[in-house]
Amino acid sequence: MDLQFTPEEQAFREEVQAFLKDKLPQHIAGKVKAGQRLSKADQEEWHAILNERGWLANHWPQEYGGPGWGAVQKFIFDNECALAGGPRIVPFGVNMLGPVLIKFGNAAQKSYWLPRILKGQDWWCQGYSEPGAGSDLASVKTTAVRQGDHYIVNGQKTWTTQGQHANMIFCLVRTDREAKAQSGISFLLVDMTTPGVEIRPIRTIDGDHEVNEVFFTDVKVPVENLVGEENKGWTYAKFLLTYERTGIAGVGFCVAALAKLKVIAAKVHKNGKPLDQDPLFAARMAQVEIDLENMKTTNLRVIAAVAGGGVPGAESSMLKIRGTEIRQEILSLIRRAMGPYALPFIEEAQYAGYAEPPVGPAEAATAAANYFNYRKLSIFGGSNEIQKNIISKMILGL
Amino acid sequence: MNFEHTEDRRMLADTLNRFVSEQVGIETRNRIAYGDTGMDTALWAQFAELGAIGALFPEGDGGFGGAGFDIAVVFEALGRGLVVEPFLGALVVGRALGAAGSAAQKERIAGLIDGSTVASLAHDEPGSHYALSRVETRAVRNGDGWLLTGQKAVVVQGDNAQLLLVSARTSGAVDSEDGISLFLVPGDAARLVRRGYGRVDGGHAAEITLTNVQVGPEALLGAEGQGYATLERAVGYGILAVCAEALGAMEVAKKDTLEYLQTRKQFGVPIGSFQALQHRMADLLLEVEQSRSAVINAAAAIDSADRTERERALSAAKVTIGRIGALVAEESIQLHGGIGMTWELPLSHYAKRLVMVDHQFGDEDHHLARFIALGQA
Repeated sequence: MDLQFTPEEQAFREEVQAFLKDKLPQHIAGKVKAGQRLSKADQEEWHAILNERGWLANHWPQEYGGPGWGAVQKFIFDNECALAGGPRIVPFGVNMLGPVLIKFGNAAQKSYWLPRILKGQDWWCQGYSEPGAGSDLASVKTTAVRQGDHYIVNGQKTWTTQGQHANMIFCLVRTDREAKAQSGISFLLVDMTTPGVEIRPIRTIDGDHEVNEVFFTDVKVPVENLVGEENKGWTYAKFLLTYERTGIAGVGFCVAALAKLKVIAAKVHKNGKPLDQDPLFAARMAQVEIDLENMKTTNLRVIAAVAGGGVPGAESSMLKIRGTEIRQEILSLIRRAMGPYALPFIEEAQYAGYAEPPVGPAEAATAAANYFNYRKLSIFGGSNEIQKNIISKMILGL
Repeated sequence: MNFEHTEDRRMLADTLNRFVSEQVGIETRNRIAYGDTGMDTALWAQFAELGAIGALFPEGDGGFGGAGFDIAVVFEALGRGLVVEPFLGALVVGRALGAAGSAAQKERIAGLIDGSTVASLAHDEPGSHYALSRVETRAVRNGDGWLLTGQKAVVVQGDNAQLLLVSARTSGAVDSEDGISLFLVPGDAARLVRRGYGRVDGGHAAEITLTNVQVGPEALLGAEGQGYATLERAVGYGILAVCAEALGAMEVAKKDTLEYLQTRKQFGVPIGSFQALQHRMADLLLEVEQSRSAVINAAAAIDSADRTERERALSAAKVTIGRIGALVAEESIQLHGGIGMTWELPLSHYAKRLVMVDHQFGDEDHHLARFIALGQA
C-alpha cells in the first residue's frame, strides 16, 4: 500500500507540469480560472497545442495517434491540466467518436475521420438526446430510411452541446421501427451542412448559449457514414457511454475549484472578518474538503484497479455521482461566498475583456452563472439516478 | 501508487478474519460482550498467540508490524466480528510506552503483546467532552513519587485493566496543553475505585475515581508536564483503530442488508427490486467506499512527521466515519424494517457499534472543528 506516485509517475507529472507552464496560453488559463466562457477559437487553439505534442487523444491507441498512456498517466495528465487552468477537451470527437470508430469503424472511416479529429478539421457534436429520450436513450425516434446509396433522416435531437460550432454530428437513429427499443438503432455520421439540417439555440438557465436543438428534415446521408452494422448502434452507444470514465469524477476540477473557494473565503469579509473565520461557513468548506480528500483516494483506487487489469465498470458510476456532487457543492459555496453580490446579472461581465469595473468582488460576475450552469453535471452523461440504477444492477446485483 | 497490501499483511488479515469468523461467531461474541466482565481472557490469550496484538507494534518494541496499515488491517478484521477484547487499550497505551517510555517502562510492552496485561487509557473526564487538553485530575509531588486525585470517565475495559495510563495535571490551566503528565498506575492501586459497567455496544468500561493514589517516580511516563504530545500521538493511533474497526463493521452491515434486500419478499417480489430501496443501497455502497478511502488516508498519514498533515488526515477520517457510521447503522435498520430492531438479528449489534464509534476519541463535530483549526494554524 503506497499512496505516493512512483518515481516514473512523478517524473511524468513533472513533464506535464513543465509542458503546461510552457504551452498553456495565459489568455485561456485566465478565462478558465475566472470561470469565464471560452470561444470556439480558444478551444481550437488548445486542441492544436495538445495535438502538436501528441497528447490530444490520450485515450487512443498509439497506432491511431494516441500517446500510449496507461490509466495512471491519463489521470495525472487530466489532473494537472485542471490544476493549471487548462480547459476541458471538447469530448465529442476526441473522447467519444474516436474510440467508437477505432473499435467499430471500417478502415476507410478510420483513415478518413480520425486524422481529421486530431487536426481539428471537423468539430463534432453528439446527436443522442431527443425531446422524448434523455436518460432513456433507447427510445430514440429520429428515423433513417435506406434509399439506394443513402439514408433519409428525419427527426430531432436536443441538448446538442456546442452544436453551434460543429460541422459534423454523430447520431443514434432508428433504422428498424418494428424492432424492440434497443435493437433497430444505428450509429450514423451526418454532415451538418447537408440540406435539411437546421440548428436552433437553447438558452439555458444561466443565460448562456451552450446547447442546441438540431432538426433533420429529409436529410440525405451517404450509406458509407454508417458506423458498424445497421441496427447494432445501441452496442456502440453503450460502449461510448462507459468508455474510460476513470476521469469522470473530475477530481482535478474539484481541487482547482476548492483552491479558488479558499482564496475567496479568505478575501471576502463578513462583518469585518474573513468568511473562512465564520464557523458555519468554515464547516461547510471543511466538509466538502474532507469529501474531496476521500474522493481523491477512491478515484486512485479505481485507477489502480484499472491499471492492474481490472475493468472500470460500475465503479465509474460511483465516481460520477460523488465527483459531481462535490463539484456542485463547491460551486454552491462560491456562490454563497458572494453574499448579495451573487445577485447582479451582467452578461458581458462573464466574458474576458469586460471594460467596466466589476460590481462587487471580481469573482461575483460568474459565481451564480457557473453554479446554475453546473447543475448539468448531475443530469448529463446518464443522470446520477441512472448511475444509481447501474450500481444497483452491476455491483449490488439487485 | 499501489493499493495492494503486502503478502505478509494479506496473510495476517486472512488469518485473523478466519479466526474471528470461526471462533467468535455472533452468539459467542454477544455472550462475552454482554457478559459479567465484557471480555474473555482465554480468547484474548488466543489473539495474542495468533500475533494479532504483536502486529500493532514495531519490531523495536517487540512487535512485528506497527505501521498504519498493519493497525488498519487488524482492526478492520476485529470490526467484522465486533470483537470486544481489549485491543484498543493495548494499542494506545503500548504506543505511548514505546514513544515516551524509559527502557524499564518499555519492557512492559511485552506483557501487552503476550496478552498477560490488559491496559486502558484513563484520560477522558466527566466534563471534558472530547477536549483532549482538558485535564482536571491533579498529580502533586509526594516524596519522590506522586499523589493522584481526580475522576476518569468511561475508561474502556477499565475495570478489567491491570495497567492504567492516567493523565493528570501537574501545572497549567485546566485546558492547557502544557502541564499534562502521564502516569502508569496499577488497576488495583489503593484508593483507586473502579465502577465497572457494560456498554451499549458490548464490552465493558469504568468510571474511575482516584483519591490521593500514591505512585512512585517510575510511574511518570515521559517528562513532567510534557505529556500532551505523547497523548495526541497515542490517541491518533486509537482514532485510526476505531475508524478501521468501524469500516469492518460497515462491510458486514452492508453485506447483511444487501442479502436481506435480495431475499425478503413483499408484494410478491424481493424488496431489492424497488428503486427507492436500490438507490438508498447504492448510496450506502458509495459511502462505505468513501470510508475505506478515509481509513487509507489516515493509515498513510499516521507516521508522518508533519503534525498538521497527520492530524488533519486523522480528523478527516473521524469526521467521515462518524457521519457514515451512523448513516450505515440507520439505513441498515431502516432497510431491514422491524426485524432490524431486534436483539436477535446480528445487524442490530453492528448498528450499535457503528453509532457508538462516534462517541470515542471525539465525534464528528469535534473533529470537523479540529480539522478547520488545524488548517488555519
